[in-house]
Amino acid sequence: MILRRPFFWIILIIAAVFIYWPLHGDNVALREDLILVAIAVILASNLNLMIGYTGYVNFGHIVFYGLGGYMGLYLATVRGWNLILSALVAGVVVSLFALLFGLAILRLRGAYFALATIGILQAVQAFVSNFDPWGRSTGMYLSFDNYQPLGGAMHALWITYDLIIAVMALSMILSLLVKNSKFGLGLFAIREDEDAAVVLGVNATVYKAIIYSVSAFLPAVAGTLMFYKNGMIDPSIAFEFMMSLEGIVMLMLGGQGAVMGAALGGGLYETLRSRLLTSTTLSEFHLVIAGGLLLLVVLFAPGGLMGWLYRIVPRARTVIE
Amino acid sequence: MSGVLASMIDGVLVGAVYGLAAMGLSLIWGVMDVINLTHGSMIVLGMFGMYLVFSAFVTNAYVLLLPVMGAGLLLGIVVYWMAVHWVVGRSILMSLLSTFAVNMIVIGIGTAIWTTTPYNVSYTLPGITLGAYTFTGNHIAAAIAATVIALALQLFLYHTRTGKAIRAVSDNRDAAELMGISTTAVLTIAFAIGIALAGTSGALVSTLFPFTILSGAVYQLKSFVVTILAGLGKPFGALVAGVLLGLLEGVITPFIAVSWIPLIEFGLFVVALVAFPQGIFGKRAAA
Amino acid sequence: MKQLTLISLVLFLFVSLGFGQQTITIGFTESKTGALNVDSVEQYRGFELWRDQVNAAGGFKAGGKSYKIQFASYDDESNSKRVQQLYSRMILQDKADFLFSPFSSPLTATAAVVTEQYGKIMLTTGAAEGKTYTLGNHYLFQMFAPAPEYLKVSLDALKAKDPKATVAFVYEDSSFSVAVVTPAKAYAQQLGFNVVFTEAYAPNTTDFSAIIDKVIASKATVLFGGGHYADGSTLARQLYGHKVALKMLTLLVAPDSPQWVELGDAALGVSVPSQWEPQSTFKAQYGPSGADFAKAYTAKYNTPPSYESAGGYASGLILQRAIEQAGGIDAAKVAAALNATDVTTFYGATKFATAANEHGLQIGHSMVLAQWQKDKSGKLVKQVVWPLSGKSANLVYPMH
Repeated sequence: MILRRPFFWIILIIAAVFIYWPLHGDNVALREDLILVAIAVILASNLNLMIGYTGYVNFGHIVFYGLGGYMGLYLATVRGWNLILSALVAGVVVSLFALLFGLAILRLRGAYFALATIGILQAVQAFVSNFDPWGRSTGMYLSFDNYQPLGGAMHALWITYDLIIAVMALSMILSLLVKNSKFGLGLFAIREDEDAAVVLGVNATVYKAIIYSVSAFLPAVAGTLMFYKNGMIDPSIAFEFMMSLEGIVMLMLGGQGAVMGAALGGGLYETLRSRLLTSTTLSEFHLVIAGGLLLLVVLFAPGGLMGWLYRIVPRARTVIE
Repeated sequence: MSGVLASMIDGVLVGAVYGLAAMGLSLIWGVMDVINLTHGSMIVLGMFGMYLVFSAFVTNAYVLLLPVMGAGLLLGIVVYWMAVHWVVGRSILMSLLSTFAVNMIVIGIGTAIWTTTPYNVSYTLPGITLGAYTFTGNHIAAAIAATVIALALQLFLYHTRTGKAIRAVSDNRDAAELMGISTTAVLTIAFAIGIALAGTSGALVSTLFPFTILSGAVYQLKSFVVTILAGLGKPFGALVAGVLLGLLEGVITPFIAVSWIPLIEFGLFVVALVAFPQGIFGKRAAA
Repeated sequence: MKQLTLISLVLFLFVSLGFGQQTITIGFTESKTGALNVDSVEQYRGFELWRDQVNAAGGFKAGGKSYKIQFASYDDESNSKRVQQLYSRMILQDKADFLFSPFSSPLTATAAVVTEQYGKIMLTTGAAEGKTYTLGNHYLFQMFAPAPEYLKVSLDALKAKDPKATVAFVYEDSSFSVAVVTPAKAYAQQLGFNVVFTEAYAPNTTDFSAIIDKVIASKATVLFGGGHYADGSTLARQLYGHKVALKMLTLLVAPDSPQWVELGDAALGVSVPSQWEPQSTFKAQYGPSGADFAKAYTAKYNTPPSYESAGGYASGLILQRAIEQAGGIDAAKVAAALNATDVTTFYGATKFATAANEHGLQIGHSMVLAQWQKDKSGKLVKQVVWPLSGKSANLVYPMH
């Protein structure tokens, strides 16, 4: 049962730290730093389901985040729905969208699948830029009134933060659940050798479609919450290809396949970028440093941090998953 | 000269350059099954390369393509040994990430040196006017240069020893090794040529509009679309696919708002990937 | 004796504290990397010149105290994701007293969410989109004339020359250009022009051949649009290469840059709506004259100031004046002083809307139209051609 796995409790502890640490002293600056870390962890964890578990490289992952942001924000502002409901409905709609497209593109393998995901990302961005109800290229702006249902802007941002931490915890728990289930075993089999898996009775088409769709849900929910906090959304910030790529970098750094890997990679990468940006000497070179780090990891430590940890402390595998 | 015809001709001219830009990507992918994510940054370096030589020797920009091509070859060898050699044959994720890492490094250094100020290569050739429509000399020259280079590449691949070695490695690396071909040397050369092609297309493009260090992204995406449409490993096919893509843009534009073009192109891209696995001309590498 | 010394020491301390040197911290993000880099630098230089001049004079005086300026500034990577994190940091950790906006409307809109929460005053510059001010704010103050003003000057100038012109709008599909062109098209129709072609192109478009062919087919004689430097300069260059018979071409932002001359023949005759030009002859009621500002800027940076720089410097100037009027840095008092602002500086008239549904919108400042013309020696220079009251040369129409 999930409650037996030590890592489940570790996830809850991490979430508790995220929630209570900035509360101490009403530390908004820390909360701002942590929320970016949380988003990084959410994106990396859900991406892990496709890349780490199933072996399918999704380059256009950010499309779920952006589309969720648009859908949720539309419901919450133009339609006046409750924020949590809007986020959940956005999640469901985007998952269905993923299922639809997934069925078409998941028959592709390797690099072709990766390219198809890029194509979908660009096509969706182009579509949204032409879509009138969502503001076309100007996007949608939130008026400060929109924060009133949650008690005004300051209060609303704390609530949004707590919700995002909840989504982060759910992402990690989801990864943990899948990893320790029969469904997850099927995914690993597909990753190792898809044809052999099919022969052995794994319904690859269905499994892939399900996991692709599932991996879209929580990023879409997070998208609604983040853009609500941001106060506006437009196509250029909702569908940033760079964010998609950064998700993959984070996975590699932390160690793809491990639940903690996605979390660690997300946390470390985001923290590193933030520090570099605010450092006076190094901020010009943040791209170079990030690129150099990635190259070193790919060439010399492809298992990432968790891969290295598992090698030197094999028992860690059972505790830190 | 009707508007639609003029638009189609303009589309063909632009498409030839898209095709040239895609050739390098297609070659590298076909030979070593590596999706080169440095492609966009190499195109940009070609733009800056042309800018530098043009500022130094203010002469015919098309003659200056040669030193840029040469520099591209050298750069390709460096990038190959820095990031690519070690990931050839390993999972697709590795090569994607290592080339992406190099891309970040190049863009980072480029921004530090050149910032994101637009740069210009001010070399203009007279155009050809038919009725109310004029076709700019730079576009015509770029299309001609692209075609010449594509033909030269085709000759190289089919009528020289090295070219045949490259094709052999592309078909079956192990068999080629057994035949005594040094695959490492061949892969290095093939990658270098791919980079040189990317750089050269950048150099040509630099005569068409002002560019910044970030201008490669758009061309990289176009190259993906063209390469998929053409199928892998047949560089000349990339040129034709590029021309067809440009032609398509030229045919559609007179009738609908241009802001819909990216949606149509990427929609087509996804459909082509899913429905036409062989591309228009080429083979699919093993998945 | 000792007691006297002690008392005089204490008195001296009180007195010097009373005339004590205070430091005001102003926070803002700069786009040191990413696509907005070039324009953001010019805005930053405007801020910096103002700060350096104030500090060199020993600070400015308000309410019996003397204030020097220090900046808390970070790189936003031209990316809105960072903006909220950095503005929170500047307000909470760096204890910024006042804020300036980042460069560009989308980033400014994001920053506003943070600054409004904390009741911190933010002067926005480099951001012409008016939507942000309709969302119910209290502490935003816009220095740029809003987007609908941009093409008004072109249309007014055109109306005076050729009321029967056929007009086309070709512009970048992004929030700024859309915010400019949408009201401009309505205004054009209101003035009685025949608008024959309107189309937006995707940002990052590098080849305009196809859309230019459409312009030719529409038989338009006047074209307004563009967006930012890269697309604007390419559009101008390709329009020239395609020999499109235009009598007037106004592009946004791009022709204002000194780099515009690199286009050679394609640069001639192109006009641009500008927030400020060095030739503008406003009589400054406060702060330096236009000539002094331009001179100081050119001496420091070896390049003439652009209107982004002017906007940056003017932001500092207007804030300074408001603090002086308020007698201190209390936010409510300074906001009241800003709301009451109605002054002309080298930059032109500055006045902010105070109604709740458009608070902070710039309602005093008007644009000028500048056109690239050849001077007597054949060199390309920018001349102010509209409004007629401030012009330095006549509009050349047709442009070739």
